[in-house]
Amino acid sequence: MRIEGKGRIDRTRKIGFQFDGQRYSGFHGDTLASALMANGVRLMARSFKYHRPRGVFTAGSEEPNALMEIMQGGEYTPNIRATVQELYDGLKAKSQNRWPSLKYDLLSVNDLAAPFLGAGFYYKTFMWPEKFWESVFEPMIRRAAGLGSLPIGHDTTRYEKAFAHCDVLIVGAGPAGLMAACAAGRAGADVILADENKALGGRLLSEAEEVDGKPAAQWAVEMAAELVEMPNVRVMRRTNITGAYDGGVYGALERVSHHLSDPSDDLPLECFWRISAKRTILTAGALERPIAFPNNDRPGIMMASAVRSYLHRYGVAPGKSVAVFATNDDAHRTAHDLAAVGVKVAALIDSREGVEVTGDFPVYSGAQLVNTKGRQGVTQIELRTGNATRTVMADTVAMSGGWNPQVSLTCHLNKRPIWNDAISGFVPAENAVPGMVVAGAANGIYDTAGCLRAGADAARGVLNDLGLKPSEMKVPMASDGAGMSDVLWYIEGKGRSWLDFQNDVTAKDVKQAAAENFASVEHMKRYTTQGMAPDQGKNSNIAALAVLADATGRSIPETGTTTYRPPFVPISLGAFGAGAQGKGFQPERLTTSHMATLGRQAPMVEAGLWYRPSYFPAPGETTWREACDREVTMVRKSVGVCDVSTLGKIDIQGADAGQFLDFVYTNGFGKLKPGRVRYGLMLREDGHVMDDGTTACWAENHYVMTTTTAAAGQVMKHLEFVRQGLRPDWDVQIISTTEQWAQFAVAGPRSREVLNSLLDTHVNDTNFPFMQCGPVSIGGIDARLFRISFSGEHAYEIAVPAQFGDSLFRLLTAQAETMGGGPYGMEALNVLRIEKGFITHAEIHGRVTAYDVGMDRMVSTKKDCIGKAASRRPGLLEPDRERLVGFRPVDPAGQLTAGAHLFTKGDPPVVVNDQGYVTSVAHSPTLSHMIGLGFVKSGPERMGEVVTMVDLLRKIQTPVEICDPVMFDPEGARVRG
Amino acid sequence: MVKLIARTPLDGLDISLGQARLREVSVGPIWSVAPFRGADAGAALNAAHGVGFPSPGQSMQNGDVRIIWSGGGQAFLMGAVPDASVARLAATTDQSDGWTVMELSGADAREVLVRLVPADIRPSEFGVGATMRTAVQHMAASITRVAEGAYLVLVFRSMAGTVRHELEFVMKSVAARGV
Repeated sequence: MRIEGKGRIDRTRKIGFQFDGQRYSGFHGDTLASALMANGVRLMARSFKYHRPRGVFTAGSEEPNALMEIMQGGEYTPNIRATVQELYDGLKAKSQNRWPSLKYDLLSVNDLAAPFLGAGFYYKTFMWPEKFWESVFEPMIRRAAGLGSLPIGHDTTRYEKAFAHCDVLIVGAGPAGLMAACAAGRAGADVILADENKALGGRLLSEAEEVDGKPAAQWAVEMAAELVEMPNVRVMRRTNITGAYDGGVYGALERVSHHLSDPSDDLPLECFWRISAKRTILTAGALERPIAFPNNDRPGIMMASAVRSYLHRYGVAPGKSVAVFATNDDAHRTAHDLAAVGVKVAALIDSREGVEVTGDFPVYSGAQLVNTKGRQGVTQIELRTGNATRTVMADTVAMSGGWNPQVSLTCHLNKRPIWNDAISGFVPAENAVPGMVVAGAANGIYDTAGCLRAGADAARGVLNDLGLKPSEMKVPMASDGAGMSDVLWYIEGKGRSWLDFQNDVTAKDVKQAAAENFASVEHMKRYTTQGMAPDQGKNSNIAALAVLADATGRSIPETGTTTYRPPFVPISLGAFGAGAQGKGFQPERLTTSHMATLGRQAPMVEAGLWYRPSYFPAPGETTWREACDREVTMVRKSVGVCDVSTLGKIDIQGADAGQFLDFVYTNGFGKLKPGRVRYGLMLREDGHVMDDGTTACWAENHYVMTTTTAAAGQVMKHLEFVRQGLRPDWDVQIISTTEQWAQFAVAGPRSREVLNSLLDTHVNDTNFPFMQCGPVSIGGIDARLFRISFSGEHAYEIAVPAQFGDSLFRLLTAQAETMGGGPYGMEALNVLRIEKGFITHAEIHGRVTAYDVGMDRMVSTKKDCIGKAASRRPGLLEPDRERLVGFRPVDPAGQLTAGAHLFTKGDPPVVVNDQGYVTSVAHSPTLSHMIGLGFVKSGPERMGEVVTMVDLLRKIQTPVEICDPVMFDPEGARVRG
Repeated sequence: MVKLIARTPLDGLDISLGQARLREVSVGPIWSVAPFRGADAGAALNAAHGVGFPSPGQSMQNGDVRIIWSGGGQAFLMGAVPDASVARLAATTDQSDGWTVMELSGADAREVLVRLVPADIRPSEFGVGATMRTAVQHMAASITRVAEGAYLVLVFRSMAGTVRHELEFVMKSVAARGV
């Protein structure tokens, strides 16, 4: 019911919207809840477990009942609080957790079974038969209970993340927050003022009181206008601070386009902010406390302060006949405000004895509300004074049990709030979050004048901390009495007294938990589910622990609170993961030959972040194997070209560069001559192999190291650690040059012919023998040439500045093709290296030593190196360790699989008989059968032994012969040309 | 003699969305300069190129030559190849082709960056001439504030496609907000 002349809505802007398919209208400035209320809609939801009819209960983000699905652009978002959702033209909302409809919910049959469904019922009831839990009971319970349903499709909604920094973060723009922001802003501090509402002002917008001699709401609007004009103040509307983290970092959720009817596709729905603040002033206010009286959950029963919010902010009264039930003076305002606009106040019921109120309505002092009636909304109430009960007709109950400071954020770094007897509530502990001060109602100050003063004081303290001069700031006049209050947590009676509306938890459930010895507050929470789900117990935590305290004979502070954790309000996973949708998950690294490679229809594979060609299909080839076999044969017989730019390249310079290399590699590098390249092995501190690769001595005290693609980052990090942490005394400078050079392997008997067709000066065996390196030029462009080989063939790697990479790749492949060669991909590269027994991270997987891979000779005895001492530990040099060998099938058609295990012939394939495992396999077109590398106990001593390869996953058993890992050209003649 | 054709990482990208403009720029050669132990490369840099060796977070400029701090004991000299007098005193490497070099400018440039960069780039903390190594989304980056509303952004060359996508995506969001 609309109240003329009230509310901060724009009655000239009428808005049409739908709820459960029914058309309604509201005004600009309404929330979905206020607009539904104005249309007389009271039933808005069904409860979690019992499917009881529920209506709107609050006017803010703490709303436990009125949760809805909002449709937007073909998508929908569940569990949107109607009290927060701003109304827009064409808004479509749907109720949740009901079937077939909100009004006639067949699942409300659960409510009849309520005596059996109390706290812990499923722990006791669905224990047998064991298998039924997963297959029958759980799906059944899940269907019957719950909140909104999860959208099943891929979430195409746009989310955003952002970072902000400030001197002072102010959380909440009520009276204290506005004062603090204004004081800090005028003093020149860099301020962020965040509030969950569109309009600043907090409770000032919801009360009929004056500040500075004018209506409080008008004062708030003027303050907001001043703040918006300040260049050093950022006002973040529709933004909840969701968590306090270490180092002055706060999470914040900004609702960017939930309130728009037709947002641009480019506009995010929500933005998740990470705000770093030097100081924070928490002015988050307080939440009004419900009272758990029997049948207190019917639609029409709500918080007294919410009734005032609906009246003063939205110009709507929730009913025609309102009963106010309170323990305090503050809530009397609800009765007076309603009466002032002509809404019938059926009763003002105050639990305290001898309360005197003057008003045009019946007052019942020392009375309690003991029951309510009404199927889909309250119609009458029963109150008790002493032993007398009386029935009063009312369609709305406005209740108030006092207020609870919003302490959540102050507890996120593990501090517990402190019980304050004066307000019978928990207030934040001192210095609970470093850099944060708490002011106003969040600190238990409930009168407006006190809040204004506290905000100004908090700002002054913070400004002093920051070394800023506080400006003159007059604290305006305002009401300075919060009134008296009494404590009443719950009322016993015939019906159920609800504590947690969102989770259907009653006072009886909490007592039941205590009776079953779930007496710790944390146990009670888990047993009853009180305080879980979207509202996180904002309305019920304190009352629930009061009931628990009573049931266990302890005081409230002895009982303590559960742990408050982020987020303070629900955050969609999309907002948490903003920026990481799709390809945002991780960067793509593309080589300079990427376009040319795609032009050849090569399928790409990921190698870390890099994309590399798997193989280059030729016309007529239908499988990867055909392409791979052809490419291998091409390299062995003619020439192949492969982009190897992804390998890590690290430039090392300085007077101590040689001994630095000696220190990080197992083998010696100090004496490597300029123009020469050497293969090196690197260990971790624990003596296991970290990486391998070649390092070239480019000039005196100047080396160019190559790492594997996979370990490039790890090696760079390792070298930096060694340089900065272990040998800061050495003169060594290192930098990655991976990105600077496009580098291509040119491999095969005709590799030199290809190169010489492009190089400005020809190379030959004399000026460029195996393991030589040096500068060359192509078309006048300076390039680097290395005669190294990962295929066992006469091969080179040529590097040019990356801007010429695309061009050189095209030239090299075109030249190779004139000689029967061409590009080759990762599959062929892998086959070529397995044929030669060269290791990759398939073999040096982190659990093997130099000894295991047959390279113990490379651990120099003449010098120390990282990992050497650890590699000599007992157990790491035992001959019966699993050591690197090659495998070939006894039957040439036999199949080898990577990951298969090996067993002595005749032994059953069980763990205790395990002899080792296969790490790499390939079909070798050169040898015409499959080959493999792997590790076998005492491997090198078992050459020629036939063992059984067993792949239990793929169900393959193959007799294989253990052989030397180098299966092709063991003398290494080809590499020397 | 063969001819190698040069390609830049973004093929000359230049896009404007709302109040922000992103374009690939050429800053000439980029060389890392890491002075050897005890060497005063600053004096040599000054003599040869008119810039010094920058302290952390600092950049210096002399005409088309700019030097930006790029890490512990290391700087990037842009617009000039280090003179032999500098190279004697410092480890130098050619980095010209290793980076996607972009300039993000316009009234909303900072609004775009705060959606990808976790560091504090408020004007009070990150004045004109300031530089930092930080991240753009998940990519290691170097960012220098080269003018009131303009930032020089360097990201690995191999990540050119991703950084372009990220910046363009955010530019659209910011434009749609009309901040």
